[in-house]
Amino acid sequence: MDKLYCKGGGCTAKLGAGILSHILERLPSQNFDKNLIVGFDSKDDAAVYKLSDDIAFVQTLDFFPPMVEDPYTFGQIAATNALSDVYAMGGEVKTALNIVCFPQSSDLNILGEIMRGGLEKVKEAGGVLAGGHSIDDTDVKYGLSVTGVVNPKKIYSNNTGKVGDKLIFTKKLGVGIICTAARIGECDEKTLNEAIESMTTLNKYACEVSKNYDIHACTDVTGFGFLGHLLEMMDNDKSCVIYADKVPVFEEAKALADEFLITAGGQRNRNHVGAKVFFDNIPFAMEEILFDPQTSGGLVFAVSADEADSLLEELKNINLPASIVGEITEKTNVAIKVVK
Amino acid sequence: MIKVNALGDACPIPVVKTKNAIKELGGSGVVEVSVDNEIAVQNLNKMAKQKNYEFSYEKKSDNEYIVTMGVNADSKADTNINVSTAQKDEISLRETIVVIDSDKMGDGDEEFSKTLLKGFIYALSSQDIPPAKIIFYNTGVRMTTEGSHSIEDLKVLANAGAKIYSCGACLNNYGLTEKLCVGEVSNMYDIVGYLLNADLVLRP
Repeated sequence: MDKLYCKGGGCTAKLGAGILSHILERLPSQNFDKNLIVGFDSKDDAAVYKLSDDIAFVQTLDFFPPMVEDPYTFGQIAATNALSDVYAMGGEVKTALNIVCFPQSSDLNILGEIMRGGLEKVKEAGGVLAGGHSIDDTDVKYGLSVTGVVNPKKIYSNNTGKVGDKLIFTKKLGVGIICTAARIGECDEKTLNEAIESMTTLNKYACEVSKNYDIHACTDVTGFGFLGHLLEMMDNDKSCVIYADKVPVFEEAKALADEFLITAGGQRNRNHVGAKVFFDNIPFAMEEILFDPQTSGGLVFAVSADEADSLLEELKNINLPASIVGEITEKTNVAIKVVK
Repeated sequence: MIKVNALGDACPIPVVKTKNAIKELGGSGVVEVSVDNEIAVQNLNKMAKQKNYEFSYEKKSDNEYIVTMGVNADSKADTNINVSTAQKDEISLRETIVVIDSDKMGDGDEEFSKTLLKGFIYALSSQDIPPAKIIFYNTGVRMTTEGSHSIEDLKVLANAGAKIYSCGACLNNYGLTEKLCVGEVSNMYDIVGYLLNADLVLRP
């Protein structure tokens, strides 16, 4: 099997958040539809449209270029990442459609492997693959459009955390740096395999566990990095303190960041978010990891302090490297303060 | 001097090529790197800061930047900042400099004018892209010293890459030399150099 042609793949390929919001803000406004509970105007993970008092559908799509060489693995990662937005809203996956860009002249078995990986994850999510759309293109890109359902009263918005809430994060950070280093042969296979295992772990399991708790807010960490998505959670009316030593990270990613094997996406995230973050004596490598674009990253839950320990315990019981990484405070002059 | 062509290379390749060239130098010397985007310049600048290399860059066109890195065993011995390198030592889209020459914004009611300036600095700290430099002189140096309510905001700006300079003679005149809380002390010679080389100078 041929290897995939890899450029800056995964969520490192995302357009910068700064560029994007400038464009979105200039689009003409649309007619108001009261059933669109979560839409364009918010910066949430997926759109939510209410059908009845008990049921709303969650709609999202995500696709990107390969970040690993093995096509089957790439398919799994792209699907896990696309499905994640449904879980970040507290929903359940129902149907998925393939989104494919592929050079027609190359080996179509590669495409078959990508789609096999994707299908496997859709099945694991409890959904059904219902179709798709493919385009002949110079570069490979793959992902899914996913539809799920959620009870409109139990939606996990990303910006509804409360002062005093603990923030729990469910996966290790650093997969962007690791995949980038692997692409140029600077990362050992064991580390890469650990990162792949993390990127192919559905956020379904963390989401299911969280249903037993009163989750105030939730988001998944992807292209804008841990701090970028956290900033969206703070939504200009709250601040938070992050304990850097408590944030789960791949140890090897620190060493790679110290070798400056960092992405353009990470620097774009720093340019966009950096002014709203105060680092209190945090080492350079850790700063980079906190800005690192994550492909198929974990969920951040905001949950009241008295429920946090118990939720953490349950997440650890299903083998997630979860940790209480910080807490929400009253708004201060910086949105995010990172302390040791 | 070693020249590195990293045009068309995605991050982190420009950094990797530069590291290899520095290794090849085997000691002190200069590496000149061509890259085609600003983000690559910024990533090279981060490496230079961490490794204490001299750094400057020149924008040739929208998709060509020449980065110069000086590797020098005792580069810190040179204490007199040469304006031509100082002018380039920080990156932003434009060389924007904010000048604050008073502890008040405008000349209305005194307390109100002070509150306005505090609000200005806070708003500055909330922008997506910080200015390259913020220069404080005359009573402006009260903002960078003990008793100022803007220290945290200025630290946020410094953290985001803005260089903060306070005029040394001004600190001395107001008895604040020992009380500087954020940024560095500068002198009129350097300040004039910075202003002459700015693309945009803002005064609140």
